[in-house]
Amino acid sequence: MAWFLIALPLLAALAAFLTRSVALRARLLPVTGALHLAALLYALRAWDRLPPDAWIGLDALGGWTLLVISVLFCVCACYAPAYLALRPERDNRVFTTSFLCFLGLASLLAQARHPGLVWVAMETTTLATAPLIYFNHNRRSLEATWKYLIIGSVGIALALLGTLFLAYAAHLGGLQEPLLFSSLTRDGADLLSRPWLRAAFVLTLVGYGTKMGLAPLHTWKPDAYGETPGVIGALLAGGVTSCAFLALLRIYSVVAAAGEIEFARELMVGMGLLSMLWAAVFMVRQLDIRRLLAYSSVEHMGILVFGIGIGGRAARFALFHLAANALVKCVLFMSAGNINRSYASKRLPYVRGAIRRTPVSGWLFFLGFLAITGTPPFAPFISEFNIAAAALAQPYLWTGVAFLVLLGGIFLAMSDTVVQVVFGTPPPDRARTPYRDTWATTAPLVAALALSMTMGLWLPEPLANMIRSAGDVVEGVR
Amino acid sequence: MLRDLLIALIVLTNFTMVATGRINKAIQVAVLQGVLLGLLPLAMGLGRHLHILLMVAAAITVKGWLIPSLFRRAMRKVKIHREVDPYVGFTASLVLCALGTGLALLLASHLPLAPGSEFKLFVPASLSTLLTGFILLITRRKALTQVVGYLVLENGIYLFGLMLIEDMPVLVETGILLDLFVGIFVMGIVLNHITVAFDSMDTRHLAELKD
Repeated sequence: MAWFLIALPLLAALAAFLTRSVALRARLLPVTGALHLAALLYALRAWDRLPPDAWIGLDALGGWTLLVISVLFCVCACYAPAYLALRPERDNRVFTTSFLCFLGLASLLAQARHPGLVWVAMETTTLATAPLIYFNHNRRSLEATWKYLIIGSVGIALALLGTLFLAYAAHLGGLQEPLLFSSLTRDGADLLSRPWLRAAFVLTLVGYGTKMGLAPLHTWKPDAYGETPGVIGALLAGGVTSCAFLALLRIYSVVAAAGEIEFARELMVGMGLLSMLWAAVFMVRQLDIRRLLAYSSVEHMGILVFGIGIGGRAARFALFHLAANALVKCVLFMSAGNINRSYASKRLPYVRGAIRRTPVSGWLFFLGFLAITGTPPFAPFISEFNIAAAALAQPYLWTGVAFLVLLGGIFLAMSDTVVQVVFGTPPPDRARTPYRDTWATTAPLVAALALSMTMGLWLPEPLANMIRSAGDVVEGVR
Repeated sequence: MLRDLLIALIVLTNFTMVATGRINKAIQVAVLQGVLLGLLPLAMGLGRHLHILLMVAAAITVKGWLIPSLFRRAMRKVKIHREVDPYVGFTASLVLCALGTGLALLLASHLPLAPGSEFKLFVPASLSTLLTGFILLITRRKALTQVVGYLVLENGIYLFGLMLIEDMPVLVETGILLDLFVGIFVMGIVLNHITVAFDSMDTRHLAELKD
């Protein structure tokens, strides 16, 4: 089953690359997404029975992350055919192939039980998504791709060095290949050389943090998210970042199991707050709605590492937040994409009064904004509230207070732009493009928003169990 | 002995690269560095392992032949030869590189090696090469020189990997080979597209997107 999850999307990608039929390619996306999700749900029944010597297999942490990615992929894949139909001038071969490759490689990453394999999967994920950023084939998208590749490659190179440092730490401790996580997070953890392990964590935090887009390593993010179609932005903001977060957590869990968790926690909390602060500053008077969403993504990556850094209950809710963020980002990016399409612009003086031109997308964008900033009853409220509560329960009050102040500031900064976009007066001289909201471009978003609301109200017991267990994996509980 | 000599030469090539303004020369020195690194495992007496010999062959082919030919193609198209007006001057970057090497020595002294290890120079040399790559990436304007910086950064990682290659061959070799091939592949494509779209390879043209 583990191999099937990886092979299915890759074979579909091969088929998409080889076939000449444009319609078939577009149809492959939702079909593969649905099959992958079904296979994953079947495979997840055995997440607590992973053999310790497996190189590939689902544990609680990988299973939860892959579930988030698979659901996100399904939403994007249901939306994509309608989007591609709106862009007949662009060949969809590269788009569908890259899209499907991403899912296969994400499945490899989520199931990899070896730090080297995790790195390989992360590197190839970067490469598979780079052609997506260049989808529009113009100067601006080329600039974004260049930045994504060069900054991403440097980050990924540092992560490789960090992985090698971890291997050297194990080598000094007398461990032999293969260095599987099942031994590194258990008995092997005591043997690791501490200075090398710490250095390895710093390097992987910087490396995978670059891929996640944590400040100050996020500089590729506004450009990449700003210049791609909304559906690709959603996949990047919810999928690729989740992959990088998982890769970071794998190393974090080794550090935690080795008893160096305090050191790692300080770095995570610091990096999280810095990302939120940086995002808040750049959101103020941000005229470009896509860049606004990119900074919101920086903010939420900050919330994730902040929650992990606080630990305990906050770490579990950070994992919950992974799903909440992915679902709502989906809604935001794709509804923003619809709005942009209707106005042929994504900047503020031109895009106003979306609620009158594209009522469904306008409302979805507004509700998505409310959800992502932590308004009940949506899922991000639950995670942000619990992370804040856990932070405030700590001996040092200031981290929790800073977290809440930043959340409030970000709400204000974001609302300024969003309210103008949604409720402003439409500029009379702005020509209207033929785009209208249709069933196909809005129904997947409504489903994602409904799912995020359901998660805010009720989480099935098996999933709650899995998150609890994943939290233990992250914190290095043996 | 030969091994330490090679490492010293590698560190020297770092200084040459940051000090030169001619892109052609920077590329040649980077290629030289790559070949020196490729030869290093042989000087370490690892030639008896077949898998290491294969990796050496792959590394020398990519660093000594494939990369230079990609660069030559790009250079022919864009007709630029000098790094003009870098963000940090050549003398200043030489000083930075020296400081970086000092920092690398300092960092390496805090990281313990296995008792009796023969790899004393590897850690500082690899960190120094890594920092040199960073300097080139950050302080130069031309896309070509930035790609050279990325290559140097990878050379630093390769150098570190050699410390582990005998004990953990699978991890090190997959990492290094993938990094090598795929990185170059993509860089080649991007360089090609930049030449087509901009008729020049100055990353200043890549500055439309900002807040």
